Amino acid sequence: MIEVKNLTKRYGKITALDNISFTVDTGEVLGFLGPNGAGKSTTMNIITGYISSTSGTVTVDGSEILEEPKKTKQKIGYLPEIPPLYIDMTVRKYLEFMFDLKRVKLPKKEHLDEVMRLVGLEQHGARLIKNLSKGYRQRVGFAQALLGNPPVIILDEPTVGLDPKQIIEIRKLIKSLGKKHTVIFSSHVLSEISAACDRIIIIADGKIIADAKTDELSGVLTDKRQLLLTAEGSAADIQNELKKIPDVQKVKKTGESDGAAQFAIEYKPGADIRRDVFSAMTRLQCPILEMRSGSESLEELYLRLTGSVKGGEA
Amino acid sequence: MGAIYKRELSGYFNSAIGYVVLAVYYFFSGLFFYLYCFYRDSASLGYVFANMFYIVMFIIPVLTMKTFSEERRQKTDQALLTSPVSLTEIVLGKFLGAFTIYALCCAIFLVYGVVISFFAQPQWSVVLCTLLGMLLLGMAIIAMNIFISSLTESMVVAAVVGMAAGLVIDTMSSFSKLVPIPWVQFVLEKIDFLNYYTNFTYGILSIVDVIFFLSVTGLFLFFTVRVLERRRWS
Ligand SMILES: Nc1ncnc2c1ncn2[C@@H]1O[C@H](COP(=O)(O)OP(=O)(O)O)[C@@H](O)[C@H]1O
Ligand SMILES: [Mg+2]
Repeated sequence: MIEVKNLTKRYGKITALDNISFTVDTGEVLGFLGPNGAGKSTTMNIITGYISSTSGTVTVDGSEILEEPKKTKQKIGYLPEIPPLYIDMTVRKYLEFMFDLKRVKLPKKEHLDEVMRLVGLEQHGARLIKNLSKGYRQRVGFAQALLGNPPVIILDEPTVGLDPKQIIEIRKLIKSLGKKHTVIFSSHVLSEISAACDRIIIIADGKIIADAKTDELSGVLTDKRQLLLTAEGSAADIQNELKKIPDVQKVKKTGESDGAAQFAIEYKPGADIRRDVFSAMTRLQCPILEMRSGSESLEELYLRLTGSVKGGEA
Repeated sequence: MGAIYKRELSGYFNSAIGYVVLAVYYFFSGLFFYLYCFYRDSASLGYVFANMFYIVMFIIPVLTMKTFSEERRQKTDQALLTSPVSLTEIVLGKFLGAFTIYALCCAIFLVYGVVISFFAQPQWSVVLCTLLGMLLLGMAIIAMNIFISSLTESMVVAAVVGMAAGLVIDTMSSFSKLVPIPWVQFVLEKIDFLNYYTNFTYGILSIVDVIFFLSVTGLFLFFTVRVLERRRWS
């Protein structure tokens, strides 16, 4: 549905996007994850035609934004980072304006009613946008993006600044959109993305550093499996015994205190060595004080990956 | 374009700008009308029209200051530029919106003409010709000020620069006489708005004057489209 090819964007000397390529399939909900300044908004602004890339192409449903701007834009609903609201209009008047602006061909009144109901604005049509809370403004921005039922919906950090309850509502809404639309949605918070998306692209400093299905992401990002163990007894004996376990690749002592030693055990991906470790310790008569998985959580991974890219540049 | 035009119009009346501009225009035109036509007992609107030139130079920047600067500051331009409308349509929609308000301002002269007709016979051909000149002048200045608004994110800057540009145009005729270099003098005279406008107030309808204002309008609207286009690539 969306094909991004070798996209580069430079603002003067700053390279905001560095040769980015990815595709999004029809009906997919893609999470676009990256710290502030990674280039998320820039990518979205290029896909939607707000700005142009320095080089590279974007194709949406077979049409290219520079060649057929009107046709392409008609296929995209966009909620920018700051919702583009005319604050001295009422909610209804604003949505009517956006309906006309987007040249939507559906029956106007019914369609507006339907979209307002979907985002929970049906009671607020007559209110001035400037009097709305941040959460409600976000809904108006959402409604605007949904007008005309575009096949592609692009949401730039739709949950920033909302309270937890509103975030859950928005997340639900995004999930429900995924059934009928192709969605790209960006955030700098991993948990938000992993809760709502089928697939995640992690971007940092204008480069894609990971692109995988949500549940495979941590596997893709790390091929190291670690078990952290604390046991009482002779450190050398324990280390020897652990090395004998079939799937173990490396045993490293990470600390020792009060007659107990800590180890980091690396093992083959896919294996489970916990029972073997237990038997080994029983044989040695060394009580296990603690045993836990040392593989990084997705959150830690994300921080490490995006952090190291930043650190590498500095 | 229709959607943008409609929103511009409602925008002028949702904020105070539409009313302020109408009120200022009606007030000063009424004042000049009273001073020249009643006080001096004249049936000619010529003086009134000539003086309105200065008022127009000041109210049009206020009318157009928001057109693009405020869109950019509030990021609402993102909605316009990602919708299936061309830049030309956006610029024209905004131009026509401002021009409609301005035309409503100028329409007051028809009322003054009618008022005069109770006391004397107004020269309708002169009145209508001057009105046409006023509309054409306004068009050009609106286009110029929309262009200025597209250059900045601050509507205050847009208004101030627009008024300064108005002052420059206003002083150009006196200034051009002071310049000793003939070709500079020639150019200044050729781009002096007042030169072209004054002909209308005498009731002289010349195609050159009409074309002058239409081209200035077209040129500035074109520049505005270019500014928006350039910004996408920057
Ligand atoms: N208009 C601009 N002019 C100059 N630099 C910009 C502009 N917009 C964005 N940038 C820079 O491009 C990089 C990416 O920004 P952005 O796409 O907004 O990141 P994100 O949305 O992921 O936080 C940042 O380093 C930012 O400073
Ligand atoms: Mg951003």
